[in-house]
Amino acid sequence: MPTRLTVLAAALMLAGSVHAADKVKVGFVSTLSGPGAGLGVDIRDGFNLAVKQLNGKLGGLPAEVLIADDQQSPDVAKQATDKLLKRDKVDFMTGVVFSNIMLAVGPAVFQNQTFYISANAGPSQYAGEQCNPFFFNVAWQNDNLHEAVGKVVQDKGFKNVMIVTPNYPGGKDAVSGFKRFYKGQTEEMYTKLGQLDYAAELAQIRAAKPDALFFFLPGGMGINFVKQFVASGLSQQTQLFAPGFSADEDVIKAVGAPMMGMFNSSHWAHDMENAENKRFVAEFEKEYKRLPSLYASQGYDAALMMDAAVRDVKGNLGDKKALQKALEAKRFKSVRGDFKFNSNHYPVQNYYLRAIGKDAQGRVTNKTMGTIFTNHADAYVAQCKMK
Amino acid sequence: MAFYRPARWQKPVAVVVLAALLALPSLLEILDQGYYIGFATRVLIFALAASSLNLVLGFGGMVSLGHAAFFGVGAYVAAICHQAGINEGLLVLPLAMAVAGLFALAVGAVSLRTRGVYFIMITLAFAQMTYYLFVSASMWGGDDGLPIYERMHLAGISLAGDDALFFATLGALTASMLLFSRLAQARFGRTIQAIRENETRMEALGYPVFRYRLICFALGGAVAGLAGALLANLTGLASPNLLQWTQSGTLLVMVIIGGVGYLWGGVVGAVVLLLLEEVLLAWFDHWHIALGLLLLAVVLFAPKGVAALFGKRHD
Amino acid sequence: MTQLFLEQALNGLQFGLMLFLLAAGLTLVFGIMDCINLAHGSLYMVGAYFVAAAAQAADSFWLGLGAGIAGTAVLGLLLELSLFRQLYRRDHLAQVLATFALILIANETVRLVWGPAPLLLNPPEALAGPVEIAGFFYPAYRLVIIAFGLAVAGLLYLLVAKSRVGMWVRAGASNREMTEALGINVRGLFTAVFVFGAALCALAGGLLGPLLAVQVGMGESVLILAFVVIIIGGIGSIRGALVGALIVGTVDTLGRALLPTLLRALLPADAAATLGPALASILIYLLMAGILFFKPQGLFPARA
Repeated sequence: MPTRLTVLAAALMLAGSVHAADKVKVGFVSTLSGPGAGLGVDIRDGFNLAVKQLNGKLGGLPAEVLIADDQQSPDVAKQATDKLLKRDKVDFMTGVVFSNIMLAVGPAVFQNQTFYISANAGPSQYAGEQCNPFFFNVAWQNDNLHEAVGKVVQDKGFKNVMIVTPNYPGGKDAVSGFKRFYKGQTEEMYTKLGQLDYAAELAQIRAAKPDALFFFLPGGMGINFVKQFVASGLSQQTQLFAPGFSADEDVIKAVGAPMMGMFNSSHWAHDMENAENKRFVAEFEKEYKRLPSLYASQGYDAALMMDAAVRDVKGNLGDKKALQKALEAKRFKSVRGDFKFNSNHYPVQNYYLRAIGKDAQGRVTNKTMGTIFTNHADAYVAQCKMK
Repeated sequence: MAFYRPARWQKPVAVVVLAALLALPSLLEILDQGYYIGFATRVLIFALAASSLNLVLGFGGMVSLGHAAFFGVGAYVAAICHQAGINEGLLVLPLAMAVAGLFALAVGAVSLRTRGVYFIMITLAFAQMTYYLFVSASMWGGDDGLPIYERMHLAGISLAGDDALFFATLGALTASMLLFSRLAQARFGRTIQAIRENETRMEALGYPVFRYRLICFALGGAVAGLAGALLANLTGLASPNLLQWTQSGTLLVMVIIGGVGYLWGGVVGAVVLLLLEEVLLAWFDHWHIALGLLLLAVVLFAPKGVAALFGKRHD
Repeated sequence: MTQLFLEQALNGLQFGLMLFLLAAGLTLVFGIMDCINLAHGSLYMVGAYFVAAAAQAADSFWLGLGAGIAGTAVLGLLLELSLFRQLYRRDHLAQVLATFALILIANETVRLVWGPAPLLLNPPEALAGPVEIAGFFYPAYRLVIIAFGLAVAGLLYLLVAKSRVGMWVRAGASNREMTEALGINVRGLFTAVFVFGAALCALAGGLLGPLLAVQVGMGESVLILAFVVIIIGGIGSIRGALVGALIVGTVDTLGRALLPTLLRALLPADAAATLGPALASILIYLLMAGILFFKPQGLFPARA
């Protein structure tokens, strides 16, 4: 219902869009409580570290990061996102960990014409048919890390693999990714998102006697699963494989030595030799007294990406087309080395094999063993009809 | 006997408040606080839901820990209609009321045969059953809930705009409060309150106590369903969290703080609780501690709630 | 196949016994003092947090467990003396509201003190691995939990059935006024029962902490199940709490283990995985509603 007030407001907004903003507001909605908290906390810490290193600025403008906890509930996430979009009028959104939450908050963000720079959730839906110019993922598409593990397990010649994953979009992507490259026999076991007790599942795994076990259980779920897996004696018979999500610092810190020898895939490792990464790892350890996980590296990169784009458009955040081009150009140096954005705004990059062992200081942690994929794109880009 | 009789000044105050609410969206737009129209709509929705519980609890004397089930069912009906392509509010809202009301009728028919603490527990059991039913239904979104991508229209007018939905909700709340006000002073209201006070006597007098209670319970459920349908359109999601017993608890808290058995108890409670949350959350991240202490204080020292300060229950 | 069945049976037993620890305290408070305590789950949560914090500070699980139980017992004592004494004379609605308020306060206070992320609690080193029983490996720690559960059940049986205090407890559950009239110090009895219930909560929380997670809100889901157990078993009856807990534990485990496998014949794997546990939960609540409708006193009525 156009009223005089609305027309006046619209005129003011149009006038405002030609001028540079005086600060950058970022809405950060993530899982900061519950079993998934470790992931959200890592992304947040990585993001905040980058902003701190840029002297509290993104693209030369003072940055205000508004943080909210989604409590791993799509309901709560939607409410928090609504507030950030409509009341605080943020310029960028980021932070969501889990893909079911991403799919719930996405539509409102895109409709508001706000750019979402995902530092984690990379649902296949947004890589293919539902791809959207306002969605970028700076980390990976969900399937990718699982595709890499699938190739490793295939190459190692296992005949019969049990897959354990939570029943949500991220878990479904894990299954399709793994099976895209692993061609042997599989059996799928779906658990509940947030589940902590795996006694029933472990009993069934024992009865099924698979050659190998591929599991995707991020955060607290994975910690509990691995602990219980070891406690049940299954670790003596069945080899464990996982994407980097279930084998990074948060899980290692909780489980420790029993994880030694476990293979996992990742797009980043803290022992990568480039200058940006060395600086990132050193500063992160100094600031937070722990080694960064891949989640932290993604949060860090998300901030750098916003920084580069804002600088490119010279603070003129109202010009959405220019901002989109600036984001697509990816004019920042990522801590994982070089990568490009595909036409669906997902990365094209390398994926590496890591194994858990002891580093020079005797700590149990990941070591990069080799490259699994080079310049690997996701499987959905052909279905994306963006632009 | 303590029957509700409205204080003389309630009607003029209500009219003034209604007028102020009609002007609210424009006022908020001028102040560039358009986001808060959505917030105000949320307050109105919970005022409606809490009032429906007040009918059951305050007037009917039935302590139901399962009221959230009807609230949630209403939300899901709206979302399922959207999924099926039905977007006309004049269809969706009555349908939500009918489904929630019938569901409440069924639950009440079983539960009201029990008494006291068993009644509390059985309503809780039914609410939990409903929760697990919706969580297991993957065609309705399961754990993540069922989204509504576009708000419905009401008689052709789209509710996509925040102020349109606000006025629609205000209309629903006003209509419901008028209904409750009529009921409270009519024979139904007096009978149900009498049953609350002394069931045995009413039975001895020959009143069909069970039937009166059941109608009261079902009516409360129906109005809760209306509130749920509006909420689903506001937030764009019918979430199974709406069905949990903790949601029933929140509604209960609103009614208690507002004043059990007073006509405006639900409204006052919802307004107080949601306003406090919005204001205090900015200052004090852990404001739930203050809320808990406030609730304890109300229960221990002022069991009649805030509205007791403004209305009277006469003998 | 029998191995799978045996393992799942042990899992169900373990879950059921932990539920029993929670239900035992709840049923006594409900049965003797006629008090609905929704904050029972919060005592479980606070107990788990105390154990986790103490275990980290003392670098020992067992010391942490002991300290946590003691701390929760003290908290229970303070709560009983200050708040619950007022609630005994009030109606059920007031009790529901007041204990709901306690849940809010407890969740938020825990978040304030320890932060929103979960606390880490590891089982003792010696028990972190498997033991061999009946030809297969089963986690040692879960066996210890089962042992604790059975020990508490046995202790409670001796206490309630064979001791004088137990006799008073049973009398109080059966007929409070008469017990008072007989000159028993009912007030002291109430306090003792409440504190004992709090200690059991902390024991359950501390034992389950390494298996699950020590996080905010962990009490709410288990609280409802505890109520289901005591309704099915009979309010005020320890025996009922045990039987009820084992029934609920078995049905739940069946739902998570057996039903999805059966449903896979009809549905795709992910739908079967969601439907199985949900069906089991619905079944449990149907059972509860059924008992409330047909035999509200429960399977082992304690009330006279």
